[in-house]
Amino acid sequence: MASVPVARRRRFEDFSWVDFIINALRFIIIALVIIGSANTLLSGRFTFEQWVSLFVAGLAQGSIYALIALGYTLVYGILLMINFAHGEVFMSGALTTVFLAHAFDRSGFLNSQPLLAIIILIIFAGLVSMSVALLLERLAYRPLRSAPRLVPLITAIGASFFLQYTFRGFFGSQFRSYPAVDALKGSLEIGTINIPIVQPVVFIAALVLMGGLYWLVERTKLGKAMRAVSEDKEVSRLMGIDIDQIIMFTFAIGGMLAGAAGVINGLFRPQGVNFFMGFVPGIKAFTAAVLGGIGNIRGAMLGGLFLGVIEAVGPNLIFNGLGIPGSNQLKDVIAFTMLVLVLIFRPQGLLGERLTEKKA
Amino acid sequence: MALLEVENIHAYYGNIHALKGLTFHVEQGEIVTLIGSNGAGKTTTLRTITSLMHPRDGKITFEGNDITYTPANKLPSQGVAMVPEGRGIFSKLTVEENLELGAYYRNDPDGIRQDMSNSFDLFPRLKERRTQVAGTLSGGEQQMLAIARALMAKPRLLLLDEPSMGLAPVLVDTVFDTIERINTEGMTVLLVEQNALLALEIADRGYVLQTGEIVLADDAATLKKNPEVQKKYLGVD
Ligand SMILES: Nc1ncnc2c1ncn2[C@@H]1O[C@H](COP(=O)(O)OP(=O)(O)OP(=O)(O)O)[C@@H](O)[C@H]1O
Ligand SMILES: [Mg+2]
Repeated sequence: MASVPVARRRRFEDFSWVDFIINALRFIIIALVIIGSANTLLSGRFTFEQWVSLFVAGLAQGSIYALIALGYTLVYGILLMINFAHGEVFMSGALTTVFLAHAFDRSGFLNSQPLLAIIILIIFAGLVSMSVALLLERLAYRPLRSAPRLVPLITAIGASFFLQYTFRGFFGSQFRSYPAVDALKGSLEIGTINIPIVQPVVFIAALVLMGGLYWLVERTKLGKAMRAVSEDKEVSRLMGIDIDQIIMFTFAIGGMLAGAAGVINGLFRPQGVNFFMGFVPGIKAFTAAVLGGIGNIRGAMLGGLFLGVIEAVGPNLIFNGLGIPGSNQLKDVIAFTMLVLVLIFRPQGLLGERLTEKKA
Repeated sequence: MALLEVENIHAYYGNIHALKGLTFHVEQGEIVTLIGSNGAGKTTTLRTITSLMHPRDGKITFEGNDITYTPANKLPSQGVAMVPEGRGIFSKLTVEENLELGAYYRNDPDGIRQDMSNSFDLFPRLKERRTQVAGTLSGGEQQMLAIARALMAKPRLLLLDEPSMGLAPVLVDTVFDTIERINTEGMTVLLVEQNALLALEIADRGYVLQTGEIVLADDAATLKKNPEVQKKYLGVD
């Protein structure tokens, strides 16, 4: 507690070039964002309808990031470890379930009972991803629980490659598309705004899952135990909580959400799934989790949505106004720039607390 | 047969020999205190009893059952609960949630609800703050919560690690009154304290611990009169 005034004093007394450069950088970035946005908006290059469509598409994409991001944040909250193989947990559900989706399509079930079929697909993918996540925990991470923190991190990267190439071994490396669902093909006309139906469906499905998670964590005994373990493992044991069991539940829940996200993503994006599909969404969801404050559940949800929207709107809004060509191909740049910026300026994330001594 | 029997336990932190063959016991219905200065091994003793660490040698029995290696998370259901050093409150959870976690092993919602309302009778301050996040409680309230939470497990033995730590004298008195009251209602208590004066005031018997060994064992009243104890732990010249 006594350290607060000390830290504050240092800020005024010691002039540091690092702080100066960081602040200058912060100023330049804010200026660029404002200038770019103002330019774009004043030039009237895009209509209001176009902005709304971009925003809604961003929300849909962002809700998928959010579902994956929750897996990172839940595990970090309990183990203070980044499960870098989580993108592959997502992939395993999405890739395995594409075959079931095609079977449903061939039998006509997918289009005669789309809601039921999609729910079954989501549950199936959730179970596959959950199993992969549980195996990861049991075989790769649990034996290293007391090792220095770098060790499980490296193991996670190794496990990630292992999963990718195992799935390539099973299913080959070609892309497979999820079948199109007739019910999701149309679009909604709201005044002059045209929104593909699939986008609000994706958003709502994700919202339902996140609502379920929120209820689980806030209201159930298991959720309370999870929060207790994330705060103090030793005292949790004194309460009678089996730590290993809670850790397994945490991986299971994160895995299920990732598997569900895999199916939702497959229905949303036509480009198909393959063994490498988890990499980019994995890193973006990690970005979203960091953005919201790693370990913070609400933060992961909001971080995901925020990242999705910024990715959708940002290129046109900011880059275009700055006269940068081909701005739509710069989507990924935005995500990773955000990651770097957050790590420099606000490592605790938007909603996160400062790393405490316990966590650091 | 005593309720708790600790026989010749040796505990280590790496090469540090922290407990050097401790033997003591707690009888049903007693308040027994373990006093000693900083680093004497009081916390280590409680951590060993609750299996947060294991002794290298020796045996701990509770109600005749060997609990030396019973996992820590199985002890609440066996009847042992502890208020850890520094209280160990879950600061981000509400008062009510903290209490619910104290009853984690239990599956009787009605009984839990009843015991929660009993805790609120015992500690009215907590009732007013039931939906408040525990980190916002004062030190005294947190200590009350830690005790109430341990009682939610319906233990037959309550271990308390320095409940007076960091509290203003008035609050220390309140906490010790509470301990006495809980004991009168039938709870057996093993109380670890640096505040030897107060501890011996409410205890039936006491043990004096010094660098991992018990150097004195007697009735609390006798210990209080012991010149050695007076000089070293009671600040009497
Ligand atoms: N985690 C640890 N690693 C190494 N040594 C430890 C550790 N915890 C305690 N010790 C040592 O073991 C001895 C007993 O410590 P313990 O915490 O049991 O003392 P205590 O009687 O509870 O003291 P206090 O009144 O200060 O709480 C001390 O010498 C201490 O330095
Ligand atoms: Mg101690």
